[in-house]
Amino acid sequence: MKNRVRELRSLRNMTQEDLAEIIGVSRQTINAIEKEKFDPSLPTAFKIANLFQLPIEEIFHFGK
Amino acid sequence: MNLARKTKVRKLALWTWSWVATLAIATYGSKYIWDDHAFLTTFSIIVNLINGVLMILSNRDLFNDFDELEKKIHLESMAITLGLSVIVGLTFSLVERAGLFNFKAEISYLVMFIGISYLVSFVVNTRRYT
Repeated sequence: MKNRVRELRSLRNMTQEDLAEIIGVSRQTINAIEKEKFDPSLPTAFKIANLFQLPIEEIFHFGK
Repeated sequence: MNLARKTKVRKLALWTWSWVATLAIATYGSKYIWDDHAFLTTFSIIVNLINGVLMILSNRDLFNDFDELEKKIHLESMAITLGLSVIVGLTFSLVERAGLFNFKAEISYLVMFIGISYLVSFVVNTRRYT
């Protein structure tokens, strides 16, 4: 699944550590999501969408 | 690592070390310390068993504190370790029964095999996701 997490995080001048702390996961998890090596669970995806105040489908795109 | 996680890791480390210590006492105590005293031998085994249960509970406590990626990494490592232990263990048993080689395996070898398999799978899985 493709995503815009890195782009949106950079726009807000946040570090992976900052985002991880707000979402409640480890920095490694944020890194894996940004590198598209790991697809987050629905609650985590919603937390990210709420934080960036965007609909979930504008951040995560299904498809290879 | 946050404070809650550190506390859980410390707790698991404490129970693991005390389980290893009580296992050593239960194993060698009757021979070197209390000279085959039946009550003390039984008592040391019960203490070791209780210690083991507490170690499992603190491991579960730590596991429940993991986030989704950490849980995935550990679950995959456990699946590989379980599979390897069953497959390698039974293959070894078949080879031994067929008389292809004569090597008396002990339960401690299986424990070491499980530990090494889990460690290697954990490192490989962690690298896959980082």
